Amino acid sequence: MAINFLLPEFEVERSDYRCIRCRVCERQCANQVHRYDPDADVMLSDETKCVDCQRCVCLCPTHALKIKKNEAAFRTNANWKQNTILEIYKQANTGGVLLSSMGNPEPFPVYWDKILINASQVTNPSIDPLREPMETRVFLGKKPHEIERDENGAIKTELPPQIELELPVMFSAMSYGSISYNAHKSLATAAEALGICYNTGEGGLHEDFYRYGKNTIVQVASGRFGVYKDYLEAGAAIEIKMGQGAKPGIGGHLPGAKVGEDISKTRMIPEGSDAISPAPHHDIYSIEDLRQLVFSLKEATEYQKPVIVKVAAVHNIAAIASGIARSGADIIAIDGFRGGTGAAPTRIRDNVGIPIELALAAVDKRLRDEGIRQNVSLVVGGSVRSASDIVKAIALGADACYIATSALLALGCHLCRTCQSGKCNWGIATQDPELVKRLNPETGKERLVNLLTAWKHEIKEMMGLMGINSIEALRGNRLMLRGVGLNEKELEILGISHAGE
Amino acid sequence: MIQLNTKALNRQSLNEAIRELDGDITLENVLGQRFIAAGMSGKTLEIHGTPGNALGAYLNGAVINVHGNAQDAVGDTMNSGRINVFGNIGDAPGYAMRGGRIYVKGNAGYRAGIHMKAYKEHLPVLMIGGKAGSFLGEYQAGGVIIVLGLSDDEKDIVANFPCTGMHGGKMYLRSRCEGIHFPHQVTAHPAQPEDLDEIREYIEEFADIFGYNAEKIISGDFTVIVPDSKNPYQQMYVAN
Repeated sequence: MAINFLLPEFEVERSDYRCIRCRVCERQCANQVHRYDPDADVMLSDETKCVDCQRCVCLCPTHALKIKKNEAAFRTNANWKQNTILEIYKQANTGGVLLSSMGNPEPFPVYWDKILINASQVTNPSIDPLREPMETRVFLGKKPHEIERDENGAIKTELPPQIELELPVMFSAMSYGSISYNAHKSLATAAEALGICYNTGEGGLHEDFYRYGKNTIVQVASGRFGVYKDYLEAGAAIEIKMGQGAKPGIGGHLPGAKVGEDISKTRMIPEGSDAISPAPHHDIYSIEDLRQLVFSLKEATEYQKPVIVKVAAVHNIAAIASGIARSGADIIAIDGFRGGTGAAPTRIRDNVGIPIELALAAVDKRLRDEGIRQNVSLVVGGSVRSASDIVKAIALGADACYIATSALLALGCHLCRTCQSGKCNWGIATQDPELVKRLNPETGKERLVNLLTAWKHEIKEMMGLMGINSIEALRGNRLMLRGVGLNEKELEILGISHAGE
Repeated sequence: MIQLNTKALNRQSLNEAIRELDGDITLENVLGQRFIAAGMSGKTLEIHGTPGNALGAYLNGAVINVHGNAQDAVGDTMNSGRINVFGNIGDAPGYAMRGGRIYVKGNAGYRAGIHMKAYKEHLPVLMIGGKAGSFLGEYQAGGVIIVLGLSDDEKDIVANFPCTGMHGGKMYLRSRCEGIHFPHQVTAHPAQPEDLDEIREYIEEFADIFGYNAEKIISGDFTVIVPDSKNPYQQMYVAN
């Protein structure tokens, strides 16, 4: 066998003293790392196959296992880091494009962590959320430019269609195909329980999930998978996917091997056939063309559904958003460069796009300057990790946030970043029936509800300490934010002052 | 058949009027209104004039006869039903259609039948009586595209880059296709009798609608194009 020059990325450390040879690790590992040798009565490991998903560690009844970073290392080199060298070996071995999963893991600045939140002291009282009503409900959609009254002076209350959310969070697009049936069911049922929405991604909507329609956003992407009249009418809103933060400007590709009977039915494509979503919509080359798709969807659904246009955060995002706000879209979703994915070329995931914090601030400002901010709601995603990220996003101008990686973590994901293999040991990013059943959708729902219930409390606490009792009053309230360790340009783009000012 | 003069109607009120009327409708004086019959089922529409872009988008069983030309994006993401165009058709007809039939008597613009799909019993058919523009059947994943070349101009039956990214379905061009370049991941071969048997029903229907002799059409030289693989990109990646 030719030498492939690769070394195992991880080490399996097994305490022989603790190991009882129960072989749980062997049964649980879809990557076949663990193996029992009956002659020697010993558990063996093939560490080249380990992805550090921690499944065996979590399930080992005697805590005999640890997965560690392999300390074996090439000679230290600040320029040619070990990973860089290994990537070259991989490509020299195969001629393939490097393919990765989940969000950009590189050490780019995380602006959320350089922004701090204000609090009331002495002169402006804070509000106690345990005693006072706190409003976290938001409505996403086009708002009127001014209050209109009828001949009797009563306010006209007819609004364009809106999405109503009990808290400013939605689960962002993950297709059935990239994640499992049970993962989708967990998201759908949790969204229903929480009064928020989840998103089908571009994989169509499984027949079992039409009942969660009012908590569902249905996506229309360049491949138009599973898009038909009933699908469009099933959801609370329709999202046109123009781009995705993890891979702006390129398409998606579900390998035929993952297109089994059920996926084929849901995506409405032949079984075993690659599901290719090309980079562009081949009928959209301008804002006018986008407008055509927006209105064809509105006509088909009789103007009952808000239309979301989702784009990746890229260099000219403010100008792009301004165009979208004039296309007839009701909501713009912007996905930052740290957003996750089921599979993307490594080079694109790690090098294309811009941080969501900067994109959001730039877009909100541009739309305000142009007097069209009320034409659209803004939803941002691309690594929103906590309640404080959400509060900061709202204060920077977002109407709501999309979360996906956080939701998958709640379901048990350990961010091993090998979704593309389809062998997710946690039953999330897989279609293997044996693996899918490891995720109990009841438990999944409960964990998601727990997570967002906790975040809702935290959001209320943070609103209260700022003296704000309605999330609407926080939106775009950049006076509530201060930067630390940011340069003047960064502060200018974020539209915030430095701490101490 | 109910008559509806559409002259003073914008696209939204036109679709509302169609939805409110029971039964089959003749639309008179159509002048560029977009999205006519979007998502519609259970009706027959006779269209006189020129409908605008995205006619019959997401069509779900309705029948549309256009007695004239149609513009871009006809039958976008069509699920079922029929669209017959007695003139020419613009760009991107049948984008991602997965069922139903679009028959065009005249020529088609760019990107006809791209992303066409099929599943279970759904098999979409796009038949163009004249010639087709560039990018015909780009990313075709299923269904049948047929171009007959019945117009008497000097153009090739299809312009540049047909079948790019094709990974499913079948294409029939009524021509020997000499000088037409196909991408490497598809195979083009002269139609065998069994290939033609698969589309005989459609051609007879087409001839019947537009007043041609089906036998005469079928007796022409057909080239059949099929993809070599339904997984054309599987070798391109290495896990990282």
